[in-house]
Amino acid sequence: MKHDLILRVGVKLLLPFMLLFALYVQFHGDFGPGGGFQAGVIAAAMVILYAVIWGVPAARRVVPMGLVERMIPAGVLIYAGTGVMGLALGGNYLDYFVLLHDPAHGQEWGIFAVEAGVFVTVSGTMTAIFYTFAERER
Amino acid sequence: MTAHLPALQVVVPLVAALLCALLRRSALAWGLTLAASWATAAMAALLLLRVLAEGTISYHIGSWEPPWGIEYRIDVLNGLVLLLVAAVGAAIAPYARRSVAAEIAEEKQVWFYTMYLLCLTGLLGIVITGDAFNVFVFMEISSLATYVLIALGRDRRALLSAYQYLIMGTIGATFYVIGIGFLYTMTGTLNIADMAARIGEVQSTRTVLAGTAFLTVGICLKLALFPLHVWLPNAYAYAPSVATAFLAATATKVAIYLLIRIYFSIFGAAFAFEALPITEVFVVLSLAAILGASTVAAFQRNVKRMLAYSSVGQIGYITLGIGLASQLGLTGGIVHIVNHALMKGALFLAMGAVAYRIGSVRLDDMAGIGRRMPLTMASFVVAGLSLIGSPGTVGFVSKWYLALAALERGWWWLVAAILLGSVIALVYIGRVVEAAYFRAPAAAAATATEAPLSLLVPTWVLTAACVWFGIDTELTVGIAARAAAFLLGAGP
Amino acid sequence: MPALDVVIAHFNHWITVVLMVAGLYVVVARGNMVKKLVGLGVFQTSVYLLYISPGKIFGGTAPIIDPRFTVYSNPLPHVLILTAIVVGVATLALGLALVVRINEAYGSIEEDEIFGKPDEDGDGGGESSGVGSR
Repeated sequence: MKHDLILRVGVKLLLPFMLLFALYVQFHGDFGPGGGFQAGVIAAAMVILYAVIWGVPAARRVVPMGLVERMIPAGVLIYAGTGVMGLALGGNYLDYFVLLHDPAHGQEWGIFAVEAGVFVTVSGTMTAIFYTFAERER
Repeated sequence: MTAHLPALQVVVPLVAALLCALLRRSALAWGLTLAASWATAAMAALLLLRVLAEGTISYHIGSWEPPWGIEYRIDVLNGLVLLLVAAVGAAIAPYARRSVAAEIAEEKQVWFYTMYLLCLTGLLGIVITGDAFNVFVFMEISSLATYVLIALGRDRRALLSAYQYLIMGTIGATFYVIGIGFLYTMTGTLNIADMAARIGEVQSTRTVLAGTAFLTVGICLKLALFPLHVWLPNAYAYAPSVATAFLAATATKVAIYLLIRIYFSIFGAAFAFEALPITEVFVVLSLAAILGASTVAAFQRNVKRMLAYSSVGQIGYITLGIGLASQLGLTGGIVHIVNHALMKGALFLAMGAVAYRIGSVRLDDMAGIGRRMPLTMASFVVAGLSLIGSPGTVGFVSKWYLALAALERGWWWLVAAILLGSVIALVYIGRVVEAAYFRAPAAAAATATEAPLSLLVPTWVLTAACVWFGIDTELTVGIAARAAAFLLGAGP
Repeated sequence: MPALDVVIAHFNHWITVVLMVAGLYVVVARGNMVKKLVGLGVFQTSVYLLYISPGKIFGGTAPIIDPRFTVYSNPLPHVLILTAIVVGVATLALGLALVVRINEAYGSIEEDEIFGKPDEDGDGGGESSGVGSR
């Protein structure tokens, strides 16, 4: 579809806003609907849209499969690492109260770190699923 | 750090799985698997010792007080199951390297170890958690990993088996969630201990009864109780040898543990077995499994498939013990969870060694293998005798307790059925022994040599355990009796 | 018409029941492996509704503490179902991946065709043993 001028220009305009919206959903999760799952899917949708227009090989040059496959465990590792931080700082596993001096702040940052991990894993997983299915027939 | 053992029990294999996926080196992945399996086994042993000495352990994830937060709760029963799962994992880990290298393509080995560790994580999580919904999450972690493990088998039918198990397993897990949803709407809690405390007032409502039905069917799908077992034989027959041995020894046992937990810890023996006809249902279905599935096993030509059908039959013995719901019956059932895991683990590992050498576990190809691989087949014979239930092995111990429990109720016919089940086991194990020792060697078996040490040692460790715990029953029966007393509300 | 009122008052449960049974029926009755997965998805979706709908409290707002409100809806079912949705997506993705591989290995995704020609070695593993595979 990369020969269609309107699609190409339109999608080019759309992509940065999709990423921005993903980040908005990610960071606004404290105050409204949102969080790592939704943001991760939106971010992956950006990659998928790019791949639909310019083809999967082009998308794999921008976001290589090796990176995507490592994002999946890396995100979960961020989550598990946050839990272990709680252990290291003298609390129970996944204890956010002890992360900072103020327990409420600790909760905020703990959730922030976990959601960041969720974002990495979910966007990686969604992109990986797309790549795997899209590449199969070639 | 000992205070955090309950959390580390699940976190260590989880992190090891993530590192495997991140590092992508199969030798390194095996090393991580070995280290993580042994560490979890050590932690499970420490936890069980602490439970035996000090009583129930409660660990609050994230320092949120139960029933609001997720609680990890370890008592005698799940301490024992935890140690069983971790110990089997530890025994199989050294075996994995050569067997996996022979059966799975180089680039997929990392994923095998990742999924193996995730499966271990999920199974340990189901056992250790005290939160009913958390059980579902861990159940799906272990199940999804299991589907991948099965699909990694060499035969193309492995894909079909994995697909069928995926459909049935998902239905089972979803039924479990529906059941928990009903209980949650009636009690307003997901913590198992809290649920048990609150369920009294609403116990006989239609919602709770419907929830019980959903939970029973869902979990029985997972544990392969007789008419719901159709996913199991193909899944075990075509999965890689290491996966089969691990799953046969642990996955169904964990589901059985969950069933015991729900019946006895949430509903209580009085409600589940006196107000509802669960005893009748379980005794009938268990008998059908013991006699029916074992008979089907006797007609199989692929030994892994034969052992898989035999698993369905052996699970019948465990559910029989649960159905009898007496001190003796429950002791027998819980002991058989451990014993069956040991002997099926040993049998499948022996078959894995045969598959490693001759590339097949079909009876025709195995003819005469007993003389070429004497140590492997000797292990098969000893574990097979245990499966039959000959005295001096673990199989005898559990059947003894089940027979006593049946006599306690005056059910002579049940004792006869248990003995008949042993006779059928004698037939199918006998077929393998006949082929392996008394037939002229087949082409594949004629040139085979004894399996390497890294395969033999784990096989013999489990085989030796079959004999050891058949003679010294202090550990298994002692703890199982305590767990049974605890579940029936009599013990500490 | 009190009976009708009961039906209307519990309309969310009726939708749950219809979705649940329809999904399960598709899983059992269809031989096409993709359709089975779709049925499984519908079946799982019914559970989401089963959990979410009792969490709504009439007059309750989103559970974010604010001095203007005193009644909040129960947030726990949403969290549980978010997890269940993720599990459902993972199951669907894995199921579809398996179907792709089955299609490559057998050249078909119809259970009738696959089970119609069992593998040669006579193990019997190719026989139908799945849910409603006949």
